[in-house]
Amino acid sequence: MTASPPLLTMAGIVKSFPGVQALRGVDLTLYTGEVLALLGENGAGKSTLMKVLGGAHRPDDGTIAIDGRDMMFRSPQESRAAGVAVMYQEFTLVPGLTAVENIFLGQEQSRAGFVARSDERRRATELFARLGVEIDLNVPCRRLSTAQQQLVEIAKALALDARIIVMDEPTAALTSHEATRLFDIIRDLARQGIGIISITHRLEEVFAIADRVMVLRDGGNVGERPIARITRSEMIELMVGRELAGDFPPRTASIGEPRLEVAHLSRPPAVRDVSFAVRCGEILAITGLVGAGRTETVRLIFGADPRDSGEIRLDGKLLAISSPRDAIAAGIGLLTEDRKLQGLVLGHSVRENFALPNLGRLSRRGFVDLAREREAVGRSVDQLHIKVASQEQAVGTLSGGNQQKVVLAKWLARNCEVLIFDEPTRGIDVGAKYEIYLLMNGLVVAGKSIIMISSELPEVLGMADRILVMHDGRVTGEITDVPRASQEQVMELAHA
Amino acid sequence: MKQRLLTDYGMVLVLLLLCATFSVLTTSEQSPTGEAAAKQVAAAIGGQHGRKLRVLIVAGDQPGDHVFAVCLDRDFAATGTRVLKTVTGGPKEARDALAEIAAGGGTIDAIVCTQAAGKWLVFSDLGTDFPAVGTPQLVVPQTYRWPNFLKAENLLNIANQIAVIAIVAIGMTMVIITGGIDLSVGSLLALSAVVTAGIIRDVLGGPEASAGGMLLACVAAIAVCGLVGAFTGLMITRCGIPPFIVTLAMMLVSSGVAYILAKGQSIYQIPNSFVWLGRGANLLGVPNAVVLMLLLYGLAHVLMSRTTLGRYLYAVGGNREAAHLSGVPVDRVFLFAYVACAVLAGLGGVIMASQLKSGSPTYGGMYELYVIAAVVVGGTSLRGGAGSMLGTLVGAFIIAVIQNGMNLTNVESYTQKVVLGLVILGAVLLDRFRHR
Repeated sequence: MTASPPLLTMAGIVKSFPGVQALRGVDLTLYTGEVLALLGENGAGKSTLMKVLGGAHRPDDGTIAIDGRDMMFRSPQESRAAGVAVMYQEFTLVPGLTAVENIFLGQEQSRAGFVARSDERRRATELFARLGVEIDLNVPCRRLSTAQQQLVEIAKALALDARIIVMDEPTAALTSHEATRLFDIIRDLARQGIGIISITHRLEEVFAIADRVMVLRDGGNVGERPIARITRSEMIELMVGRELAGDFPPRTASIGEPRLEVAHLSRPPAVRDVSFAVRCGEILAITGLVGAGRTETVRLIFGADPRDSGEIRLDGKLLAISSPRDAIAAGIGLLTEDRKLQGLVLGHSVRENFALPNLGRLSRRGFVDLAREREAVGRSVDQLHIKVASQEQAVGTLSGGNQQKVVLAKWLARNCEVLIFDEPTRGIDVGAKYEIYLLMNGLVVAGKSIIMISSELPEVLGMADRILVMHDGRVTGEITDVPRASQEQVMELAHA
Repeated sequence: MKQRLLTDYGMVLVLLLLCATFSVLTTSEQSPTGEAAAKQVAAAIGGQHGRKLRVLIVAGDQPGDHVFAVCLDRDFAATGTRVLKTVTGGPKEARDALAEIAAGGGTIDAIVCTQAAGKWLVFSDLGTDFPAVGTPQLVVPQTYRWPNFLKAENLLNIANQIAVIAIVAIGMTMVIITGGIDLSVGSLLALSAVVTAGIIRDVLGGPEASAGGMLLACVAAIAVCGLVGAFTGLMITRCGIPPFIVTLAMMLVSSGVAYILAKGQSIYQIPNSFVWLGRGANLLGVPNAVVLMLLLYGLAHVLMSRTTLGRYLYAVGGNREAAHLSGVPVDRVFLFAYVACAVLAGLGGVIMASQLKSGSPTYGGMYELYVIAAVVVGGTSLRGGAGSMLGTLVGAFIIAVIQNGMNLTNVESYTQKVVLGLVILGAVLLDRFRHR
């Protein structure tokens, strides 16, 4: 296999943006039929490197060769034509089109100018058969689950005869079950001779799928080893450049009286008769499969969606919540699952984003007190170690971890009694994850209550005082003895 | 810093460049008139002679000529120069005056006249026609080269011409910053003008209307527009209809109602005093409409940059969902934007009625497009979440300067449209490149 030239060779790739050198001469080699895990903290340059490969960015220097032949990608089209398919975290499917239409978008099979629909359909069925899955070809993609949409993306890559497939956080939006399924498919594709580069933050996954691991730090190579010759802690060490104490910080909070009580919360079909309570100083984890109704439940509590029925009490007092404004006034904060779409105004500055829920406190008679605002932002930036050039930097230009910290900062400043974290560490590097765990611990030590939604079972088991498992809009189980719980136990409840 | 200046005020540069271009193109021989001319001539005479002079003042019948004569009279009285006679009118009057002085046996040391009067044939053969007056020196104001474009009156004219569009553009900027659009402003302008004029004619008794009554008529018209804006806002927030559709519908409705109310006619039975707002100039010669415009821009700038509401407008446009989940009263913010836009369109209609001393349903045609153009040229993004009031003011002035400059350089009105369209495209293109 290694006698022939490598499938892909990237050498000395340099790319800088105004103010940042994202890549300082990175080398990457990928062989046929191999799964390469590309690791690194946020901002290490993984995504930039893949965008160079995908033709979205043009490198300042360096060479790319496929099968030993030098390539120069001036656009995503040229990269795709050379057999490279890059799947970004945000899917590029057109929501209103069916799987078939999406797969052949831009390369429709036509006969005399008309789309040969039956041919396309047949080929799509073949592709999905090759992947070993069944997808409804008649419904628009927006009706498919996230996992199914991802499979459509993969089929689309295969339809283009892609020989190199890049997946950026392929399991970020999947449940463990769906992720396992995806791993099988990835292994299968590799057996068929496709080279796969997978970018991920979940180290368990690396052991499940990768043949080789390559680590980037600060835009340069720091290490590359076959999977058999690296351990989990070595990976972390390479990524962060230091050893972390453990995955989860130790807890010292003492749990008190019930703080937030929810009774018979309903908005079918997503949420059916959900009741639970969170106590002072407690982290309550809500877990389950994607689509189990976890996010929908907390959105009802927060007033983001109208509820059909149900009561919400804070410290025994009935709350009349009909909008997020009411919930915030009562002392509830929600850190949304999707930072970019729901948590932040990406084009606006760190300062403006921070101030949004806090303007009431930072203004007098409708006028914003700019000096106080800057001071408050400055304090939070220091306290949370947010890496920003200035308060005026647009949050859209920050790394995922720093964006999440800005979201955190804006809610911490509100001093909420109950904070709801929806997938707080999704797409965040190990170092930043640990910092966020520390912050959550700090909050419960101060007597606050936290509801944490998470699909990552190690995180659920490592952080929660109590676990609620949801399935199909209902609470199907509660685990109170977390230290003795196992991932299998949770999964069983989740599939109830 | 230099970078920031360029990105934030790039459009100011474009505006200055346009002004410079039109200044060069319109530079021509200028003769001072009115008080400036009088001062210059009086100074010239005072410097030439040490003794008391006998002068004849000759002014034409153009605007400013009367002022010229009066000011000279006053200045000469102060210096002790003897004014034999002051003539205003044509060459015939000047000839009569000369004949009278000659008949009376007086001599003239100097004939002081305006630039235009200095060219009259009467004064070319004084020696033979009126030997009795002696050999008077002909004193006229010195000419100089100066751009027609850069004259104070032209600049004020530009500001006055754009005041209505600029004022309406304040509201449009807010709406566009929230990520919306308001197509109804042109029709609201007409509706407001018709309602104002209609109330003055039918309720207040036409030309005999009192000032207080007229003020109430204006307020009523603006309130009507405000109600339309509130309806628009509610349709958008409560029923979830896209702003484009709602305001397109309201554009047709408002225009139709304006035609119905005015019965398709222009309403002009309005007191002369009503033009105070549109044509008057009480502060240092700056038209009242321009003063109002600048005042409103100041207020709007403070609103957008310093208040909670301003922040909310940007946030709602930048990411509606994130703003909602951050506790921003999203619906109320949208409602405010559309009401503010409609109210300002109503105010624009009142100003227009005052400028034209009538109200007609044909007012404001295509204005929504000019207003949107001003906002977009001013750097506000149609995607929402970004933009500034001062940018819009600059954008409005860019459009006004182009129109005015082309009028001064005698560009045909059809060609003007073509140029204006291309300039809007060019300005936005330039903006794109700068932000890349």
